[in-house]
Amino acid sequence: MNLLPFVATANSSFQFDIGWFIHFVFPPSPALLGGLAITIYVAVIAQAVGVVLGVLSALAGMSRSRVLRGISGLYVWFFRGTPLLVQLFLVYFGTPYLFGGIDLFPNHVGLVGLDIKGAVLAGIVAFSVNEGAYMSEIVRAGILSIDPGQTEAAKSLGMTYRLTMMRIVLPQALRVIIPPLGNEFNNMLKTTSLLSVIAVEEIFRVAQAANSASFKTFEAFLGVALYYLALTTIWSAIQGVIERRLGVSQAGGQQASFWSRMFGFARRTTGTAEVEVPSSGGH
Amino acid sequence: MSVNILDAIGGLPRPETDTVVEATAVEKWFGKLHVLKGVSLTVKRREVVVVIGASGSGKTTFIRCINHLEKIQKGRIFVNGHLIGYREESGKLVEDKERNIAKQRQEIGMVFQRFNLFPHMTVLDNITEAPMKVRGVPKDEAVTTGRALLARVGLSMKEAVYPSQLSGGQQQRVAIARALAMKPALLLFDEPTSALDPEMIGEVLDVMKELAIEGMTMIVVSHEMGFAREVADRVVMMDDGRIIEEGTPEHFFTAPQHERTKAFLSKIL
Repeated sequence: MNLLPFVATANSSFQFDIGWFIHFVFPPSPALLGGLAITIYVAVIAQAVGVVLGVLSALAGMSRSRVLRGISGLYVWFFRGTPLLVQLFLVYFGTPYLFGGIDLFPNHVGLVGLDIKGAVLAGIVAFSVNEGAYMSEIVRAGILSIDPGQTEAAKSLGMTYRLTMMRIVLPQALRVIIPPLGNEFNNMLKTTSLLSVIAVEEIFRVAQAANSASFKTFEAFLGVALYYLALTTIWSAIQGVIERRLGVSQAGGQQASFWSRMFGFARRTTGTAEVEVPSSGGH
Repeated sequence: MSVNILDAIGGLPRPETDTVVEATAVEKWFGKLHVLKGVSLTVKRREVVVVIGASGSGKTTFIRCINHLEKIQKGRIFVNGHLIGYREESGKLVEDKERNIAKQRQEIGMVFQRFNLFPHMTVLDNITEAPMKVRGVPKDEAVTTGRALLARVGLSMKEAVYPSQLSGGQQQRVAIARALAMKPALLLFDEPTSALDPEMIGEVLDVMKELAIEGMTMIVVSHEMGFAREVADRVVMMDDGRIIEEGTPEHFFTAPQHERTKAFLSKIL
């Protein structure tokens, strides 16, 4: 029966349990659905907070104040320079000691309308802060890509620094920031699996539990891999839509859309207003 | 061509003082490079001053100091009687708060060599942005003014397009309209036609001449001596960070004194 005897000797009892696999993947169990909800919830909030932290850190890093530049530099240096898993442990297990043993992450915390576990909150904090450090560099590069003439024109019209950033520089930098931001969120979706080590019931933890209960190791982890793949694939599609809306692909000429890249669908033509947003004026 | 451009903004903006610009002994260094070595210039209301000089003479740097796009290390620049960019504290210059500098810049329009229109905004939005966000002008009023300005620089049909769809000459006319929309007491032009194809220079100079005739106070860094001859009250020749010669356009065409001026004019005329 077995065509690969040398594999078989190492693994003679293994048989892919297709029935178990299908049952595990679809329809998903309530536990798996719950895990999916936590994974998406944490990824979305941590990414959103990370973007805000990243913008603030980038602006601080480019400010005239030496103190702000120092704080931004230290922040990026520390959080890009240490493992995320270590940061997660530092936040979850470590920081309560800073505050005299107060339980910073109790079993029930309210956050954005949901009752969540403290460990989830700790995860959101750690991932946000870590993400902010990476976003800081991305936002900085985006801002630096904008012609200094734009800032000068805004200043010469009497705009304050804040107005110049909000109305002139950041909207233009967004086109440069969006593609790497999409990449970051793709990463974030997968990074949430680290939460399994602090006992958060996200999808990877659910798969581990299924494995422990059934010893269908390969099936369980392949199943959860498919779930991550589905999440990142859906996100790629959403990102493609966002990029076309912002006309990001214009800068690089006619770029293939996600659908045509993936499945050979024809690229939809975009509205004129989107097509006409230029990458830079008057050069 | 356009007549009464300034009607679009309710007539000639009235500066608070008769002397619009008063620069005294302005000195600037870029690191160790001494680029302005004591520049003094007074510009009265309704005056048009053209600044000429070879590249590296400091002329662009000097007008950029007037709206504090560049810092200065010595001297004083007053616009409308207000010290620009600095506070004086026991005889020393201390850079002013960012908010105060922004306020001073509202009175000083600037037109750049490379236009620097906002590429993510339509032509009309480029013009209404600062009046609305900086001066707090209501939207309909800003739009009315913006459209009137566009009509007078001959670009009414272009209000909904983006800058990248315009020619260089059209972009520069929009840039002038954008600066005028803030109703500035003073307009600075930094080589406004140097980045233009030759056939587009005329349309921009026409708008500038019209503004000059209507009494706008202007300092223009430019080598367009034809423009200078027609509308400038004074021409200023800069060389190596100093003003070396000053006079009417006629003086520069007929009897330039300084050797450097003669050499420079022989190259551009």
